[in-house]
Amino acid sequence: MKIGTTLRNGIVAGMLAGVMAVLAPATALQAAENEGSAAASTTAATPTLNTGDNAWMLTSSALVLMMTAPGLALFYSGLVRKKNVLGVMMQCVFLMCLMTVVWALWGYTLSFGGDTFDPPPKWLGNHSHLWMNGVQAAWENGKAVIPVHPALTINRLTHMLFQGMFFIITPALICGAFAERMKFSTMVVFSVLWGTLVYCPLCHAVWGGGILQYGSTNAGICGGGALDFAGGTVVHISSGVSALVCALVLGKRLGYGSEPMPPHNLTYTAVGAAMLWVGWFGFNAGSALNAGGLAASAFCATHFAAAAGGLTWAAMEWITRGKPSILGTCSGVVAGLVCITPAAGFVTAMPALLMGVAVGVVCFLACTTLKARFRYDDSLDAFGVHGVGGTLGALLTGVFATRATGAFSDGKLLGLLEGGKVLTAQFIAVAVTWALAIVATFAILKVLDAVMGLRVSQSAEIEGLDLSQHGEEGYIFI
Amino acid sequence: MKKIEAIIRHFKLEEVKNALTEHGVTGMTITEVRGFGRQKGHTEMYRGTEYEVDFVPKIKIEVVVPDTKLQLALDTIIRSAQTGQVGDGKIFVTDLTEAIRIRTGESGETAI
Repeated sequence: MKIGTTLRNGIVAGMLAGVMAVLAPATALQAAENEGSAAASTTAATPTLNTGDNAWMLTSSALVLMMTAPGLALFYSGLVRKKNVLGVMMQCVFLMCLMTVVWALWGYTLSFGGDTFDPPPKWLGNHSHLWMNGVQAAWENGKAVIPVHPALTINRLTHMLFQGMFFIITPALICGAFAERMKFSTMVVFSVLWGTLVYCPLCHAVWGGGILQYGSTNAGICGGGALDFAGGTVVHISSGVSALVCALVLGKRLGYGSEPMPPHNLTYTAVGAAMLWVGWFGFNAGSALNAGGLAASAFCATHFAAAAGGLTWAAMEWITRGKPSILGTCSGVVAGLVCITPAAGFVTAMPALLMGVAVGVVCFLACTTLKARFRYDDSLDAFGVHGVGGTLGALLTGVFATRATGAFSDGKLLGLLEGGKVLTAQFIAVAVTWALAIVATFAILKVLDAVMGLRVSQSAEIEGLDLSQHGEEGYIFI
Repeated sequence: MKKIEAIIRHFKLEEVKNALTEHGVTGMTITEVRGFGRQKGHTEMYRGTEYEVDFVPKIKIEVVVPDTKLQLALDTIIRSAQTGQVGDGKIFVTDLTEAIRIRTGESGETAI
């Protein structure tokens, strides 16, 4: 039976390698039906590679990379004025390169170094995976070894790559708040510092066995740890709240509130949002870290929340302004995806629909009423969608999470609705993430402001970032 | 010689072009332009922020005709570009001092 399953998964792996990334999730779910492997966090005695799991996780890694560019790059660049279209795309593409190198050199080990130790390091990963040590291929005892993750059924390399894609998109999300005015060189240094000082400690705390991880031996001081399936705290609250700090510290764009600043190309935005939706299946279903039933459950929750979020935002517009818009629908889809991220593997399908509806209403109000009331210039609503949606998602996870998805094999009660007590820890995790994001981002920005300056000059801002920062134009029709 | 500049609706371009060529107009230049008259603009809304768009897109046709054909050309444009709704556009006529065909160097009405 075991051999048969492995063989079938091997065939699926071969198929996956050949088909387009967009089609792959459906194929991988067939592997899930074969019950390739069960829970994510059980430690096997001897680590064995499951080729089906590995195939799904490599596919997921590629899907998550696609979220940054072209997904986010198109989504964001359509929303700015045309003189800044390349500036935004450049931030996304450059971060794909930059954050990958940082992840390889020290990011992965600061996040996950020693994560399978007993106990794991409390505050930050140790040096055990510095420079890909114990991750990359090696020649040991007379044979080639591609290390397998001790607690999973995939290669360490696969785990490193998958997590590395998250490390790329998180600072890219912040770009939405300082778009159209931040100096490129400062953005580069900011992203390296932010990734190292905010992302890595948070990632370790939530997923690397640190103080916020549910069930971790280190989590006693945080109410036993919080549930965060795919990054509600690590990715969305951290980037969204940091985005708000950036918007406040950098100040408004020149002419904000007096000059019109409509999106220059919503067709990009619509295409980008659709790509984000597809990529998010890798992000959330991939966070099962195997191709089993849990991945299928997370996939479904993700899809349902996105659909309900889009419908709700459009309905809010229809009711309050008389017309549903494509930008509103896309924003609702992304808000739904953000909200379900921490919950994806812990909630069933029907609560996922409810979460999509809830976030559709809340983020709509955050991006319209809240922003108008306080008049901060969060250019592309990174805070309104990711900060607010992520916070709502993390808290609702504490309400709707259920042991029924089998994410943990111990059968303990989780969410409020089934009588569990994890909601308290969700509040703690949200508070810790907000605090770290605010304090660290503010400190980094203040230092960089003194050393190299945060904003481009007035004339450069009027000219546009494409020309002033990169010496190029987005649209040349001759 | 007269130069006619006609600001018309996008979807009327084909009709105006065909009507003019039927009446002997042999060439024209068009440009996509933005502007406003009595029609004014419209409002657009992006994530709750409203924008007044004053300049609405139109097509500008430039045609040069001999004085004798001016009235016919004007009537043709009016007939083919009219919908009766506000926003049909405007026609401006100016005297033209010279026209030259670059290939041959011919000038005046023969160059039109």
